[in-house]
Amino acid sequence: MKLVTAIIKPFKLEEVRSALTDLGLQGMTVTEVKGYGRQKGHTEIYRGAEYAVSFLPKIKIEVVVPEGTVDKAVEAIVRTARTGQIGYGKIFVSPLEPAVRVRTGETDDSAI
Amino acid sequence: MSLGMSRRIATLAVTAFILCLAAASAFAQTPAPPTPNKGDVAWMLTASVLVLLMTIPGLALFYGGLVRTKNMLSMLMQVFFVVCLVCIIWVLYGYSLAFSEGGSLNAYVGGLSKAFLAGVTPESTAETFTDGVVIPEYVYICFQMTFACITPALIVGAMAERIKFSALVLFIPLWVTFVYFPIAHMVWYWAGPAATVGAAKTLAAATGDAKAAAQAAMDAVTANAGLAFGWGALDFAGGTVVHINSGIAGLMGALLVGRRVGYGKEAMPPHSLTMTLIGAALLWVGWFGFNAGSALEAGGTAALAMINTFVATAAAALAWMLAEKVAKGKPSLLGGASGAVAGLVAVTPAAGFAGPMGAIVLGIVAGFVCMFFCSAIKNALGYDDALDVFGVHCIGGIIGALGTGILAAPILGGSGVFDYTTGKVGDYDMLAQFITQAKAVCLTLIWSGVGSFILFSIVKMVVGLRPGTDQEREGLDLVDHGERAYNY
Repeated sequence: MKLVTAIIKPFKLEEVRSALTDLGLQGMTVTEVKGYGRQKGHTEIYRGAEYAVSFLPKIKIEVVVPEGTVDKAVEAIVRTARTGQIGYGKIFVSPLEPAVRVRTGETDDSAI
Repeated sequence: MSLGMSRRIATLAVTAFILCLAAASAFAQTPAPPTPNKGDVAWMLTASVLVLLMTIPGLALFYGGLVRTKNMLSMLMQVFFVVCLVCIIWVLYGYSLAFSEGGSLNAYVGGLSKAFLAGVTPESTAETFTDGVVIPEYVYICFQMTFACITPALIVGAMAERIKFSALVLFIPLWVTFVYFPIAHMVWYWAGPAATVGAAKTLAAATGDAKAAAQAAMDAVTANAGLAFGWGALDFAGGTVVHINSGIAGLMGALLVGRRVGYGKEAMPPHSLTMTLIGAALLWVGWFGFNAGSALEAGGTAALAMINTFVATAAAALAWMLAEKVAKGKPSLLGGASGAVAGLVAVTPAAGFAGPMGAIVLGIVAGFVCMFFCSAIKNALGYDDALDVFGVHCIGGIIGALGTGILAAPILGGSGVFDYTTGKVGDYDMLAQFITQAKAVCLTLIWSGVGSFILFSIVKMVVGLRPGTDQEREGLDLVDHGERAYNY
């Protein structure tokens, strides 16, 4: 069981969600976040004032995946979130200790 | 000739004689005082409310959208407060100082004969610009009140995000008293059409010894006007009184208050251009009351002011967007909204004088020049006029005031200047009018510039102008008002 955390461009969320759903994954958590990677920020101009905006809006997806599906899930995110340009995001996979379903008290794979 | 025929002729002759007598006796009576036309009254009631709409919520949202979230509420509050305060001051003594005869100081300011609206009743009337046409004085007071409200409200944009509320509480009453009311009087106060036409008729009819007396009476009527009005300066709806006046006062405020903490180093982008567009659009809508209402009648001049307010604004918005596209690569919404306001400002003095094609040219010039001023020149000079009150209102106002001198010319499609002594549009001397306009601009710049500098300095000594650095970083919403604009 792994926690897959993906930081993606906001407008790619729907494609990623639908690809993960197609893999049979039943839930995910989405957070609006700000950040930057190698693409840095961009400049905005308001009347005469130019501002360098370092932190750009991104979407963070967190999805818990059974061991056997991790590679497929990562591949699905990469396929749908990418267009080949800089700034399309990152995926982090981390091990996960116990997971519990609040309603039933089930644990681990049966809880997700 | 039959008997019947001659009898009929006799009857006709008698009837005609009686009619003549009746006409003569009617002539001898003093004419009844003019009564307001309901169409004019209805329009001026509406126009007054439209000008209020410009300020609240129009200007409040336009400004509010441009500041950071932590100062949004303070911006709304400052504009709202100024409107409420000036409404009261206006009826206490402001109207009297602006629009009554001022005795020995009449060239500069009115008197106190109408303080507390003394003597004004629902039957009182104020003259429009046509001999014999009047509106109820209460409507005129309300209409002019809205102008007195918006002008100081415009100033607060220059010191946005860093002026203490208590400083404004002291500054605004001082400023309207020593700057706005005198300038409104200097530019707009005059004896009125009835007195001017009456004196001119008496002078034309006078012969011999009576001629000198009639000439003296005519001179007295002409002299009973504010300084700039007496020069013959044209300001249809307040290019000098409202926009140059508030613009230069804003610059003085921005200089004396100083730059915002972090200016030029930290990002200070507008928190909601959606609000700003709503505000700019409400300004445009309300400006029809401002400009077309300044005709004081529901007639052709109001219609001219209306079409000019449409086209000059649109032209200026397009010009600013085009200039941004060329200079910076992308046309912006804020640029379009700023251009629209610049166009509205520029067409204000010209609204009832220029033709529609002239107004388009005026708008284009205002859009380009103000855009250049708000980006290149402001950055080069380094002062922090936070919401470009000087760059849009003062510069746009100067373009409008000077442009009016050119575009009022009948050969350029303008209406010329109506001469009440001859009863028709007089010959137009463009150069002379342009110079007169420049004099009125200088008068306003100096009076308001020096006056505002002094008043801001006094306020700085008495209560101070800006909050502490930590308070400024926290935002004026919480520091001055203890609440936030948004809770979600």
